[in-house]
Amino acid sequence: MGGLTPSRARRGVLPGFGLSTGFTIFYLGLVVLLPLSAVALKASELTLAQAWDIVTSPRALASYRISFGAAAIGAAINTVFGVLVAWVLARYRFPGRSLVDAVVDLPFALPTAVSGIALLAVYARTGWIGQWLEPLGVKSAFSPLGVVIALTFIGLPFVVRTVQPVLEDAEVEVEEAAAVLGASRWQTFLRVILPTLVPPALTGFALAFARALGEYGSVVFISGNLPLRTEITPLLIMTKLEQYDYAGATAIATVMLVASFALLFSINGLQAWTRRRVGIAA
Amino acid sequence: MTIQIHGVSKSFNGTPVLRDVSLTLPEGKLTALLGPSGCGKTTLLRILAGLEAPDAGEVRHGGAAIHGRSARDRNVGLVFQHYALFRHMTVGENVAFPLRVRNRPKAEVEARVHELLGLVQLDGLAGRYPHQLSGGQRQRVALARALATRPQVLLLDEPFGALDARVRQELRRWLRRFHDELHVTSVFVTHDQEEAFEVADRVVLMNAGRIEQEGTPAQVFEEPASPFVMRFLGAVNVFRGHVDGGRAFVGDLEFSAPEPSSGIRAPAHVYVRPHELEIHAKRSPGSFAAQVERVTVLGASVRVELRAPPYGERLEAEIDLPRSHALKLRHGDGVFLSPRRVRVFPGHDPEQDSITASGL
Amino acid sequence: MSVRAEELERLEPAAAADPVPGFRRAHEDPPWVRRLLIGVALVFLTGFLLLPAAAVLWEALRGGVEVWLAAITQPDAWAAVKLTLLVAAIAVPLNTLFGVAAAWSLTRFRFRGQNLLLTLIDLPFGVSPVIAGMCTVLLFGGQGLFGPWLQEHGVRIVFAVPGIVLATVFVTFPFVARELIPFMQQQGKEEEEAALVMGASGWQILSRVTVPNVRWSLLYGVILCNARAMGEFGAVSVVSGHIRGLTNTLPLHVEVLYNEYAFRAAFASASLLFLLALLTLVAKKLMEWQQLRARTAWERAK
Repeated sequence: MGGLTPSRARRGVLPGFGLSTGFTIFYLGLVVLLPLSAVALKASELTLAQAWDIVTSPRALASYRISFGAAAIGAAINTVFGVLVAWVLARYRFPGRSLVDAVVDLPFALPTAVSGIALLAVYARTGWIGQWLEPLGVKSAFSPLGVVIALTFIGLPFVVRTVQPVLEDAEVEVEEAAAVLGASRWQTFLRVILPTLVPPALTGFALAFARALGEYGSVVFISGNLPLRTEITPLLIMTKLEQYDYAGATAIATVMLVASFALLFSINGLQAWTRRRVGIAA
Repeated sequence: MTIQIHGVSKSFNGTPVLRDVSLTLPEGKLTALLGPSGCGKTTLLRILAGLEAPDAGEVRHGGAAIHGRSARDRNVGLVFQHYALFRHMTVGENVAFPLRVRNRPKAEVEARVHELLGLVQLDGLAGRYPHQLSGGQRQRVALARALATRPQVLLLDEPFGALDARVRQELRRWLRRFHDELHVTSVFVTHDQEEAFEVADRVVLMNAGRIEQEGTPAQVFEEPASPFVMRFLGAVNVFRGHVDGGRAFVGDLEFSAPEPSSGIRAPAHVYVRPHELEIHAKRSPGSFAAQVERVTVLGASVRVELRAPPYGERLEAEIDLPRSHALKLRHGDGVFLSPRRVRVFPGHDPEQDSITASGL
Repeated sequence: MSVRAEELERLEPAAAADPVPGFRRAHEDPPWVRRLLIGVALVFLTGFLLLPAAAVLWEALRGGVEVWLAAITQPDAWAAVKLTLLVAAIAVPLNTLFGVAAAWSLTRFRFRGQNLLLTLIDLPFGVSPVIAGMCTVLLFGGQGLFGPWLQEHGVRIVFAVPGIVLATVFVTFPFVARELIPFMQQQGKEEEEAALVMGASGWQILSRVTVPNVRWSLLYGVILCNARAMGEFGAVSVVSGHIRGLTNTLPLHVEVLYNEYAFRAAFASASLLFLLALLTLVAKKLMEWQQLRARTAWERAK
């Protein structure tokens, strides 16, 4: 470790730059970039026409519809209720609040297979809630609704956890100012508080959507995996792999990866926007 | 409109913050609530705004009891120390807010916003966001917003506390001129004595939840009612002595004691401001010997630190530059000090004896 | 003052003879609003969270504790447990090492490309687990990039334990780094720089200054990484080949049992994983509590 050269001074003088950065890049390349580039490599074996056919086959299109559609609906439900739950947790005191706060993270901590059978136990035709919905003609399992339920479950913590810190760090004085200026509680919420929640809520939506899009374990039990109806895209990929149709699987996986990266990119942008608008809370 | 505060008390978590405070804030005047942190001045202001409820006592605006009214219904203007501007709204939207929540027609709102921004000299900035403005500009937006609905009472909570010294000076003068034009009954809270004196018509000194004294700046400075007031409003030399039969005695010195005493000898403290402690080269009646420790030129005035046992170990005198040149003082010189004007307070001094106490 | 700080400060007892009855702070909501919102929130959370959680425990223990025990100790189940533990025991330390190195590199230095690295680290987070498994197959499967070479040397990766480990490493890659990086960024590097000036070596700084400061974030990152490693399903499903007793992790075992209608056994195995999730949540609460304690003590001392 040498002396204070200009490049060292610019970087930072603490030791271990070479080792830590080198290892980081090496491990990153090995674990993440290599596998992902294998996808690109394999996909390039197909001609554009072939790939297009696979990617736009009826079964694939149906799977996009259910995957993207249910993920979007689930994320939307989570946005509305997530803001509500974050509000209740950040501002109100009630018995069991700590417990509820901890439980919100359950979908994040629970293995997806367990979530899958748990949801089925509750929402299947003979399930705890499913049995009440059946006579009403509502199929909450082996149907698109089942997929939506599963994807709502999986994305639940995301909106809550992006909005909650913003609410907790909000300045009391601003609401007091609004009150002294004559605003009712509802007016204060609508005009003063809600606008500050839009960036973190949107970030949470994007995170929940991204997670729901790629979700497999918690969906495959409750969805019934009916092709063209409730077959989500990850399952379609899995099926093609089992049939050794690697090219087909790769083509569809590429579609998903493009969507995922686009989402990741916009999430970064949303997080930056939140920081600018609201401060470093989110 | 006149504000009357009567017997207001308030505690937080069992700790009393205001103790039976009664006060009248005269109409159209700018009153300063002045005191150290924790004296209750901000709490009193918040009670006036309706953000806190008193545990006991009442508040009246022009005779009408308003302590039961919520903050929304009082129509007072409140300016916070850290502005509390709505960050996601433009300057114009911030100022328009109180009018919009009362559903005033659009044309009226726009006209009033324009008028207010002109009043606070921020014309043309209606489209900016708070984070694009300087501290002084933000404070003026907060003021414009507070005045939008023509409140009859204006409350300011350490309005210049978050600004740096230069801006603070300018804004103080500006606020005073502003008040002279508008004549809204105003109360502002500060811990800065200079600020209170420069801006306010009347000063109310508070300490530990009680009012120590109220009056014009000149009154409270020249005739302090208690040791606290004297200490708070500037540096002071404290001498330990006793009163006996209408006279106060400190060592060989004797002063008239303004308070009628019962003739019984009792301990007392004599307070002398640095600028009323004269320095002489030769002994004169009523003076005592002292040694110069340090001479500091502060600008137009000169501070001289001295020691004069047994009267005091660290005394402070303030003289002007010409006098300093005439005396040609240096460390170690022997001089004579004579107090020109003193204030006698019987009883024990709450602070330590014979230490020069500067204002907080 | 923030809403949270205000709550912590003002725990006022109700005033006795209240001259202002029914006073409410300007930033508080009326009681009926509060009750309504709490009610709706609780109904939503019950339907989506509490009922499924209760269902797992209920279904697992419905046959009685003996049935539960029998299901857990059945040979295939036990093999699945051991495999799950093995995979976690390899994946978690590797990714922890990476997490610490990445956090050190990205928060204690400034160089071009840091933002790119941060985005790349987040990649596995946004990739579907099925695709993660697929990547492993594409690289090491029979028709994969290294397939022929591996077959020549008789090394089985896909449909064997190594494949499961690799897929798990990919999926749990970012967890420790994601916990450490924001925390270490917020903390700043003054303490480490002070140690450097006092003559400490790199390892000394890391072990005596950095790690003690970040221990709770690090611990939580490890716990999250572990929870995901043990619970991973999609990626492992692609890679494992579902060979009972050999390449089934516990989550895969749950699926196998369920597909064979062995519900009691499936839920019994699931309940073990559920317990793991509960421990994860408890660990998070503990860590939050510790951090809050440390922070308020620091604030008070200032």
